[in-house]
Amino acid sequence: MDPLDAVALARIQFGLNIAFHILFPTITIALAWILVYFRVRYARTGDGGWLATYRLWTKVFALSFAMGVVSGIVMAFQFGANWPGYMNKVGNIAGPLLAYEILTAFFLEATFLGVMLYGMNRVPGWMHLGATVLVAIGTTISAFWILALNSWMQTPLGHVVADGQIVAGDWWQVIFNPSFPYRLVHMMLASGLTASFLVAGLSAWRLLQSAEDVAAEKTLRTGVGIAALLVPLQILIGDLHGLNTLEHQPAKIAAIEAIWKTEKAVPLVLLAIPNDEKRSNDFALEIPKGASLILKHDPDAELQGIDAFAPDTPPVAPVFFAFRVMVGTGLLMLLLSWTGVWTLRRGARPPRWLLWAFAGFTFSGWVATLAGWLVTEIGRQPWLVTGVLRTQDAAGATSEAALGASLTGYVITYGLMLGAYTVVLTHLAGQGSAPPEPNPAGAAAGAAAGAAV
Amino acid sequence: MTPDLALVFTVLMGLAILAYVVLDGYDLGVGMLMPAATEREQDSMVASIGPFWDANETWLALGVGLLLVGFPQAYGMILGALYLPVAVMLIGLMFRGAAYELRIKAEGWHRELWNWLFWFGSFLASLAQGLMLGRYITGFEPGFGYLLFAVLVAGGLCGGYVLLGATWLVMKTEGKLRRKAIGWARWGLLWVALGVALVSVATPAASETVRDKWFDFPRTLPLMLLPAASVMAGIGVWRASGRLKRGEHAPQWAPFAGAVAIYVLAFVGLAYSLFPYVVMDRLTIWEAAAHPSSLKAVLAVALVVLPFIVAYTAFSYRVFWGKVGSGTGE
Ligand code: HDD
Ligand code: HEM
Ligand code: HEM
Repeated sequence: MDPLDAVALARIQFGLNIAFHILFPTITIALAWILVYFRVRYARTGDGGWLATYRLWTKVFALSFAMGVVSGIVMAFQFGANWPGYMNKVGNIAGPLLAYEILTAFFLEATFLGVMLYGMNRVPGWMHLGATVLVAIGTTISAFWILALNSWMQTPLGHVVADGQIVAGDWWQVIFNPSFPYRLVHMMLASGLTASFLVAGLSAWRLLQSAEDVAAEKTLRTGVGIAALLVPLQILIGDLHGLNTLEHQPAKIAAIEAIWKTEKAVPLVLLAIPNDEKRSNDFALEIPKGASLILKHDPDAELQGIDAFAPDTPPVAPVFFAFRVMVGTGLLMLLLSWTGVWTLRRGARPPRWLLWAFAGFTFSGWVATLAGWLVTEIGRQPWLVTGVLRTQDAAGATSEAALGASLTGYVITYGLMLGAYTVVLTHLAGQGSAPPEPNPAGAAAGAAAGAAV
Repeated sequence: MTPDLALVFTVLMGLAILAYVVLDGYDLGVGMLMPAATEREQDSMVASIGPFWDANETWLALGVGLLLVGFPQAYGMILGALYLPVAVMLIGLMFRGAAYELRIKAEGWHRELWNWLFWFGSFLASLAQGLMLGRYITGFEPGFGYLLFAVLVAGGLCGGYVLLGATWLVMKTEGKLRRKAIGWARWGLLWVALGVALVSVATPAASETVRDKWFDFPRTLPLMLLPAASVMAGIGVWRASGRLKRGEHAPQWAPFAGAVAIYVLAFVGLAYSLFPYVVMDRLTIWEAAAHPSSLKAVLAVALVVLPFIVAYTAFSYRVFWGKVGSGTGE
């Protein structure tokens, strides 16, 4: 394939756009619920410290949310602009699911975000708390619909052909398709981990600069605690997700495990250099019979290799490496969060090495999440909708010049936005949660409203 | 008789786009007016749109979403033909949204940079939307004349957004800024009047279909009510802002309401020109409509959910009713 033909450019462009977009939902989906927690603590205790914490993290949230919204609007256009064949072929399924997301989630979150950010002095405390909860519900509903669609593309079910078009025969089956429950839970947990490491990391950053900040220590503990709770769950769900994939998309598992030939007693490949041209591993570090044992719970069981699915096979190397990046990050997260809980037990002050470690892991959730999506999406190739539509058949007739020009524009825009975002985030964290209160009257009204909850 | 689903979707989509143009129109307009204000005034201007801009932009997602669901084939055709202006619009909207949040958090020259990007993004997005509209009306015909026409429409639309933005500020701000906004609104109105006049003359010249529709004799007479009503609304805006300027009694919201009326009338005129095409002269709404099963699936949910959306949007405007202070918007 000519590396810069129109299909390749369209794929790069779509991949770049969605990868940029997903960075922000992964934060906002779970951070919204963490904010609910801060807000409830404040309503319960009336403690100004919780209010300041809530205010600080609301700023982080508002910034991430804005980035999510604007990059999301881009996504709504990308489908038609880059994949007209996709809409022509499966538009009767994708369309309604996307519309449900807009109708039931986007308006809800965007409208109540206004009340949540600017309404604290204008509505009673219970209403403000309600707005915070509705924003969190909105982001979760949004994840529900978009993941239903993505899961349907992975493991389609419930569709029929009518009047020469693909339409939904049974919406229940379309939505609750076989991989959906796993993907939804796995993604929600990924979001929880991304947000909790962000909270812990930025709080650690603050404590490195000003060790006496009590509020930052509280949020550090919150972040570390949530992470320690979620990582083991994520590993468990990831394992179940993999078994489900083995059932429905065995070619993807063959790529993940770099198994080229169908064999019995297949070894587990820990590390290797898969070579897509020679269709074998250049080098491999293996555990004998490991893969058969893990995937089939029988050391001598037979596993299908890539050869069983030719010619419809995904590229092995990127899937293989991305999977190891995800799992590797997950294991490091486990190690770090449990070390954190142990070190901070019974109110111990955090040592500097721990703070540095968490500061370094601030954006680790992004790494694992992007790696996970790469496994999922590249592992599905050459299909766009498994067994229904090939990626190649979905591309449009946009000229390479137009694609190239817009791609350049997006790359520059995203680079600038991402740079500014991370700088501002660390800057906010450096300032801490209790800047001089510019508006004492407003704060008093806020406290009174809070006490009324 | 089964309801005509394609028609129902056309109406819904039209309403979503109209809501978008009016709602995001005023906040894009406020963005374009930034360079004309002092730093303190800029803070008030930005604060006046703070609680709303995000939800306003969601109407764009709904409009394009309904196009996607209702008319998948047209969706591919339109977005394919408008690939570059769409990309420019999206980049403009991204700069604007990010700059909005970042300027609140920045200080010194950073703040000025983000202010500038906020203006630039608003302007870029408005311009691109105007170009899209201009290309759309003429069915994406190639050629220099058609391109010129699109530029004309883009100029007119920017003027319209400035008018909406300025009248919004008349309603939401006080003191010196409000006096300035009254002046901007009057300039914006003249700009719109010129733009609408030029576009009204150019459109029938550019499209035979439109010409036939508007100058089909007996029908022409009732149609003339539309331009007449627009002129009335324009005069209304002019006089109401004049009264406010002189400090006489007039409702604060009157200029904004007048500007919205102009938009609604222009929209009705446009819809009449295009109907029943979803892609001018090429694809009618019935030819492009998606499978009835998916139209029904969306309609069922939309009819339940839309009243809620309208209700809580109204709630939000009620909560933030009245003048903004001059804070940084937090
Ligand atoms: C797992 C979650 C997830 C995934 C996979 C996607 N999104 Fe997203 N999206 C969200 C989760 C989300 C969110 C949490 O609801 C956002 C992000 C932050 C935010 O502000 O809302 C959002 C915002 C957002 C918006 C703006 C909404 C608004 O105005 O409030 C649009 C139009 C889209 N997205 C569209 C898409 C499309 C077309 C996607 C698929 C290709 C997509 N998103 C993938
Ligand atoms: C409902 C949600 C999603 C849909 C409908 C979707 C759809 C698609 C489509 C149409 C392609 C093009 C095929 C190709 O380029 O090979 C693609 C590829 C890709 N998607 Fe997704 N995707 C979704 C979610 C995501 C998310 C959340 C990510 C997160 C980062 C993601 C990452 C990618 C990447 C990196 C590619 C490029 C892979 C490649 O080129 O081989 N996708 N996806
Ligand atoms: C450590 C053990 C983990 C295992 C065994 C695991 C397993 C898997 C598997 C098998 C897939 C591909 C499923 C498919 O496409 O069919 C996947 C995808 C994914 N993983 Fe993991 N994972 C682990 C950790 C993590 C962590 C720590 C994160 C993020 C914080 C994460 C985020 C994701 C995401 C976002 C996807 C793509 C969405 C999806 O398909 O659910 N994973 N994971």
